[in-house]
Amino acid sequence: MKILSCYTECHTPGCDWARLPQELLLHIFQYLPLLDRAYASQVCRGWNQAFHMPELWRCFEFELNQPASSYLKATHPDLIKQIIKRHSNHLQYVSFKVDSSTESAEAACDILSQLVNCSLKTLGLISTARPSFMEVPKSHFISALTVVFVNSKSLSSLKIDDTPVDDPSLKVLVANNSDTLKLLKMSSCPHVSPAGILCVADQCHGLRELALNYHLLSDELLLALSSEKHVHLEHLRIDVVSENPGQHFHTIKKSSWDAMVRHSPKFNLVMYFFLYEEEFGPFFNDEIPVTHLYFGRSVSKEVLGRVGLHCPRLVELVVCANGLRPLDEELIRIAKHCTQLSAIGLGECEVSCSAFVEFVKMCGRRLSQLSIMEEVLIPDHKYSLDEIHWEVSKHLGRVWFPDMMPTW
Amino acid sequence: KNLPIIIFNINVWALGALWGLRMVVNTIHWFRKGLRLHDNAALRDSIRGSDSLRCIYILDPWFAGSSNVGINRWRFLLQCLEDLDASLRKLNSRLFVIRGQPTDVFPRLFKEWQINRLSYEYDSEPFGKERDAAIQKLASEAGVELMVRISHTLYNLDKIIELNQGQPPLTYKRFQGLINHMEAVELPTETITADVIRTCLTPISDDHDDKYGVPSLEELGFETEGLTTAVWPGGETEALMRLERHLERKAWVANFERPRMNANSLLASPTGLSPYLRFGCLSCRLFYFKLTDLYKKVKKNSTPPLSLYGQLLWREFFYTTATNNPCFDKMDGNPVCVQIPWDRNREALAKWAEGRTGFPWIDAIMTQLRQEGWIHHLARHAVACFLTRGDLWISWEEGMKVFEELLLDADWSVNAGSWMWLSCSSFFQQFFRCYCPVGFGRRTDPNGDFIRRYLPILRTYPAKYIYDPWNAPEDVQKAAKCIIGLHYPKPMVNHAEASRINIERMKQIYQQLSSYRGLVFNMLSSPAAPCPLPHFKIFIHFSVTTSCPILSVTVSLR
Repeated sequence: MKILSCYTECHTPGCDWARLPQELLLHIFQYLPLLDRAYASQVCRGWNQAFHMPELWRCFEFELNQPASSYLKATHPDLIKQIIKRHSNHLQYVSFKVDSSTESAEAACDILSQLVNCSLKTLGLISTARPSFMEVPKSHFISALTVVFVNSKSLSSLKIDDTPVDDPSLKVLVANNSDTLKLLKMSSCPHVSPAGILCVADQCHGLRELALNYHLLSDELLLALSSEKHVHLEHLRIDVVSENPGQHFHTIKKSSWDAMVRHSPKFNLVMYFFLYEEEFGPFFNDEIPVTHLYFGRSVSKEVLGRVGLHCPRLVELVVCANGLRPLDEELIRIAKHCTQLSAIGLGECEVSCSAFVEFVKMCGRRLSQLSIMEEVLIPDHKYSLDEIHWEVSKHLGRVWFPDMMPTW
Repeated sequence: KNLPIIIFNINVWALGALWGLRMVVNTIHWFRKGLRLHDNAALRDSIRGSDSLRCIYILDPWFAGSSNVGINRWRFLLQCLEDLDASLRKLNSRLFVIRGQPTDVFPRLFKEWQINRLSYEYDSEPFGKERDAAIQKLASEAGVELMVRISHTLYNLDKIIELNQGQPPLTYKRFQGLINHMEAVELPTETITADVIRTCLTPISDDHDDKYGVPSLEELGFETEGLTTAVWPGGETEALMRLERHLERKAWVANFERPRMNANSLLASPTGLSPYLRFGCLSCRLFYFKLTDLYKKVKKNSTPPLSLYGQLLWREFFYTTATNNPCFDKMDGNPVCVQIPWDRNREALAKWAEGRTGFPWIDAIMTQLRQEGWIHHLARHAVACFLTRGDLWISWEEGMKVFEELLLDADWSVNAGSWMWLSCSSFFQQFFRCYCPVGFGRRTDPNGDFIRRYLPILRTYPAKYIYDPWNAPEDVQKAAKCIIGLHYPKPMVNHAEASRINIERMKQIYQQLSSYRGLVFNMLSSPAAPCPLPHFKIFIHFSVTTSCPILSVTVSLR
């Protein structure tokens, strides 16, 4: 109604654009990209005032790039100065996107150190190329991060993957934000120990989403996340990465996973594997409640066979590479036992056309995502490549084609 | 006001007609691509009614020196020109190689040779269209009749775009669908023979070789000492011979399916045709119809599937997507390219380009590319993935430039399009598939013969370690007389680490894209973000980044 009355007012002769009501200006400005808003703010005093309204400065994404290491533009240093000066206490949702240069990561840390008046709800430290936060001297990084942890006191989401965060700084996080922390993404933080993350799980009972590396996972952690005081967990993402071939990985007891499922029956367990084929020994020997499984390197037929047997909650499966023996039996077993499977992607693998059709038939219409390279499918006596897409489309209930790569 | 002139002209013509005089038609045929005498509609049509014919090729001297074209591509081109010249000699004609820029050359030639007809094969690429527009203007100012015909592509690309509501198709499937609705491909035109030329003469001066002869590599400023014989010899004659061999082999196998990849596929094939299609030594239409005829013969008259023409249709697809997009070979300002925060790293790029990555599979492929000018398409996927989204996270534009320099069949549209495809920058490609620089090679050629051939320093490594020699124990390295880090570089990245980081980067980008298209995500414990501005939606996806793995990120198709 207000907007409507403004509209009428504006269409009467002699209306003053400079005197549009602030709520209307705010509404319009929210749709403008930052640069356009900045131009608009130069038009008159009224619009300049609107530009600086706190509501427009709740969220900001600092883009820190160096011309030598990135093709993209950076947030203007003057704008950064202005934000820190006039709007740091308005900021609530902040992210830093840095390129692969150490200078960009250091600049991010400098800005962080100045956010003393901020009470952030969300903080994201995002490397868009190589993880440059790891190049920053650890003490510099930790002290900058601690400024936010201490001053914010109501952090809800924290994304600090690929950073040198350590156990003591996590303690500071917990001391100040245990009531509000809901989401913590800290994959590939090598300075954190299992004890460090356990401290977070023990104190932050509202934690609903957690992402970390396998070496931080322990039975104690899973039990802490399933304790009565703890809310239902919604997502747990685990990256299993091998530093050197032949690396040994510890096992998690089935009872710990069972406790998780009992406590949070709907939680998603997302696992990314970047291992050598021979390192899968400790995995998939027992039932595991994984829902989303990604194999980034070659995984053997045998392991995929075990996946078929022990992953009843599997929803999504991605296999980058397998090798040149057909995965016929393994796929059919997965179709049979993984009754929730709705998405599958196969890269450098081989499956005979007949087995593939059988697989699709068994899964039926629940397969909403079927991403198979054309080279994966081996024609046999029953189906040629040209025929197979009809058969598969029939069983899926929609038109389907394999993915193709240019051949030139 | 112009009436007197018109009357004057009519009078001249009328007088001429009365006295049985006729305008003498002097023709230039301008070879750019289409370096052949078979299926050359522009040349064939322009000969009709011509009194004199001169076939020219314009060599831009600036181009030879500073352009990004390596020695193999120059040699191929010169061999094509020599072959044309030889074929034209048999018809009492010659090829005229002219140095200069087209906009300077043509006004001069129009005057000198009294030209009133100019023909050339249509060039669909944006740079080509711009150049040709300038020439068209010069021609019309000089009263020169233009004859332009389409023969570098199977179809009239503008018609394909028209069929798609004025937009180029952005998926290969859609493109195939449009092809099914196009009219049949036109038959190849008759080859230029003495019969076709008949009374059309070519004035050849005594000093033709000095003035208009095909230059040598040395004359263009290349160092040819130590240059091995071309693995891919240029020219129409060679192209047609290869076509026959290619069809013979297909007939013998009686199998039109895509051949399975094995160690041998990696080596240059005597029936490979892609460089000849690129330069136009081989007509794509001729290839198309010969394939069709063979298929009908072997499979007893059944209709050939579209997959039979795979190689040709991919080429056609990229030409179609590129023709109206001058920014097609860039990320910035390119409407079909995803803006990805690639890393700038000259040193890393040089290692990749020069085959010094420390990954023998990658280095051997890049060595073959530099030495011979051709690599198998799966090898291209491997090195492209390694440079961009797989390991180095360097822009596809850099890789495209290296291919442009070294790869014989890399023309502008196909090269740029393929690089965008392989780096998942366009065409809605699933980005989860990463080619391992160790595993992929090992599965293709377990014995490692390809590596031994192109990286002789690793020749005595056992098959077990030849793909990852840095893992070989010290005694194995010593026995092979190649210490990693000394005689052959250490691997420049940790592949597991690099691919883990990069897949995460790709996901970040694609999730932001999806948010722009308004797809509904499973928003879980995200904070209620008050600001509706697009670039703040990253916060909404904090939960999604955790929960929403690779495949569930879909982008709606146009």
